[in-house]
Amino acid sequence: MLISLFVTCYNDVLFPETGKAVVKVLERLGHTVEFRDAQTCCGQMHYNTGYRREALSLMRHFLDVFRGVEVVCVPSASCVAMIRDSFPRMAAETNDAGVADQVEELLPRVFEFSELLIDKLQVTDVGAFYPHTVTLHTSCHSLRSLQVGDRPMRLLRSVRGLTLTELPNADQCCGFGGTFAVKNAEVSAAMLSDKTRCVLDTGSEVCTAGDNSCLLQIGGALSRQQTGVKCLHLAEILAATESGSQS
Amino acid sequence: MSVRIGEAAQAPAFPIAAKKLLADTQLRHNVRHATDVIRAKRERVVAEMPDWQELRESARQIKKHTLRYLDSYLEQFEEACTRAGGRVHWARDADEANTIIVGIMRTLNEKEVIKVKTMTSDEIRLNPALEAAGITPYETDLADLIVQLGEDRPSHIVVPALHRNRMEIRRIFIEKMKLKELGDRPEDLTNAARRYLREKFLRVRVGISGANFAIAETGGVCVVESEGNGRMCLSLPQVLISLIGIEKIIPRFEDLEVFLQLLPRSATGERMNPYNSLWTGVAAGDGPQEFHVVLLDNGRTKVLADEAARDTLACIRCGACLNACPVYRQTGGHAYGSVYAGPIGAILTPQLQSLEHSTSLPYASSLCGACYEVCPVKINIPEILVHLRGKIVEEGGAPFSERLAMKGAAFALSHGNRFASAQKLARVVQWPFERDGLLKNLPGLLGSWLQVRDLPAVPLESFRDWWAKRAQEIPS
Repeated sequence: MLISLFVTCYNDVLFPETGKAVVKVLERLGHTVEFRDAQTCCGQMHYNTGYRREALSLMRHFLDVFRGVEVVCVPSASCVAMIRDSFPRMAAETNDAGVADQVEELLPRVFEFSELLIDKLQVTDVGAFYPHTVTLHTSCHSLRSLQVGDRPMRLLRSVRGLTLTELPNADQCCGFGGTFAVKNAEVSAAMLSDKTRCVLDTGSEVCTAGDNSCLLQIGGALSRQQTGVKCLHLAEILAATESGSQS
Repeated sequence: MSVRIGEAAQAPAFPIAAKKLLADTQLRHNVRHATDVIRAKRERVVAEMPDWQELRESARQIKKHTLRYLDSYLEQFEEACTRAGGRVHWARDADEANTIIVGIMRTLNEKEVIKVKTMTSDEIRLNPALEAAGITPYETDLADLIVQLGEDRPSHIVVPALHRNRMEIRRIFIEKMKLKELGDRPEDLTNAARRYLREKFLRVRVGISGANFAIAETGGVCVVESEGNGRMCLSLPQVLISLIGIEKIIPRFEDLEVFLQLLPRSATGERMNPYNSLWTGVAAGDGPQEFHVVLLDNGRTKVLADEAARDTLACIRCGACLNACPVYRQTGGHAYGSVYAGPIGAILTPQLQSLEHSTSLPYASSLCGACYEVCPVKINIPEILVHLRGKIVEEGGAPFSERLAMKGAAFALSHGNRFASAQKLARVVQWPFERDGLLKNLPGLLGSWLQVRDLPAVPLESFRDWWAKRAQEIPS
């Protein structure tokens, strides 16, 4: 299958390893990955902060870039939530039937990474080997908007060598929330400290998630506190193999 | 017309108020404990309802329909209530409502009033208005009494004294009820409150209540509560005045079937409220012989006019969104600077009060969606928060530096190659701030990120660089 990767803007810049890991996993499963280099951003940061006009032009650009694709893979639940929940609303507000049609055409082709593997490609065991203790943070968007359910969990359980621990209060937000983390830095930090305490309580070596935005927040604190616990995107764990472990 | 929502117009911005409250360890402990207890109870009783999602959908549809035809339902309510012997007054704003109520008290020549279950009276600042007219209001809901005696502000729409623990309440009671001694067991405290209140119930001749529902079809009013103090307040006085926000209307008596299942389970984790009071007008020889309804607008019709945010008025004030909200659970309700705290307050206050007085409230959320998930009438609070943020930006209410950063980012992200150039630029700009792969001493808002978190430096090779390089290495 030809899979078009929307790596997302912040993964492109800050977490290139995640994009590489997605490519590695999908190619290992025998698929072809394309990367349309005109791609930039889904517009979530602008939209959620109130910059509707800017978000709208980013959406239009996104629709142009991914016109005609068979499948889009997005290693970020929060960007998929933006595309699925907000694009139709924004398209409706334009009163431009062409845009609405484009969105409608694109939506069924957009998959978050774990959705793509399990629903579209129907694999749970991607041949990964990762001999570490791992806990899973379920991001709010994957939990409540995408309702990914146990998909990431099933993928992790199929990784050889991996010990999965249960994260207490898994449904609680890590406090990132995009610009919330800087506009309400103190409250965000308080929410974060609850989250890192839960992560540390599991005794895990690694905290993973389908969203590097949460991991930027959680990992930032785990690093500052010198905990020795690291954060790694789900794709990077699934990309690791016995011959070339990514740890 | 001047809309006033408590003292929200003078309240400090959310992040400033929140910062102060986060340092209050006792308050945070109290809030955490109370919300944990209510959430666990709610979860248990919601789980036993196989048709919970269908009930939520019904409630949403009933509210949607009612708000769409609110004008005719309000007139129907007025007519039915009047026919049953009630007197209906219309108040455009807080001042008008206060004037009407003080006027009724003057006509009756009464100097005292007992009050129950009326958050709306805090919204219009009724107590100070009564006191200014020489009338003494006594709050009779236990939590409201604690707030009143403690000269405090409510911090939760269902449990107004949620931020107080037993020891604090004991101290307030000893001081204000002039008691020599008092234990801190729940029964000690409720006994003290009972002795204090009973005497007022029997003496005071006028009661003021809020309403959970006002039924257009019958002109009836419904108040639900746990203590029975409300029942006494509603039935013992000679005269009853109910202050009702116009959004409290439901079309038919049978609609209560839906709401009386959703409300107690969502609010207090009870299957049914211990006291469900319903009355229609006046009945000779039974209960209050004079009944006034004050229907309050105070900004509500303005909310109604905004189709994207209209659902805000569907709220039945259960408080489930407060208990579920990870922001509220950290700060408690006072940070919101309004009688309406938490997620619902963050969308309601700015709309009623006007956006310019509360630009920080729609941003007091990480948009995690926990509020929407628990809302018994399915108000999509995150969506409305984002809608209000959009209005703030459009009306020029966003800080200049933020506008600049957002415009800059939008420009950089408008094309693939512009984005690639911006990435290269970022690597150059970050150079003075980089130490061992981490960024240090960043200016502005990014600096606040660094207070408790590290931030990795932008890697030398972006994904798109890697991809381009790989494409050259592996000829396709």
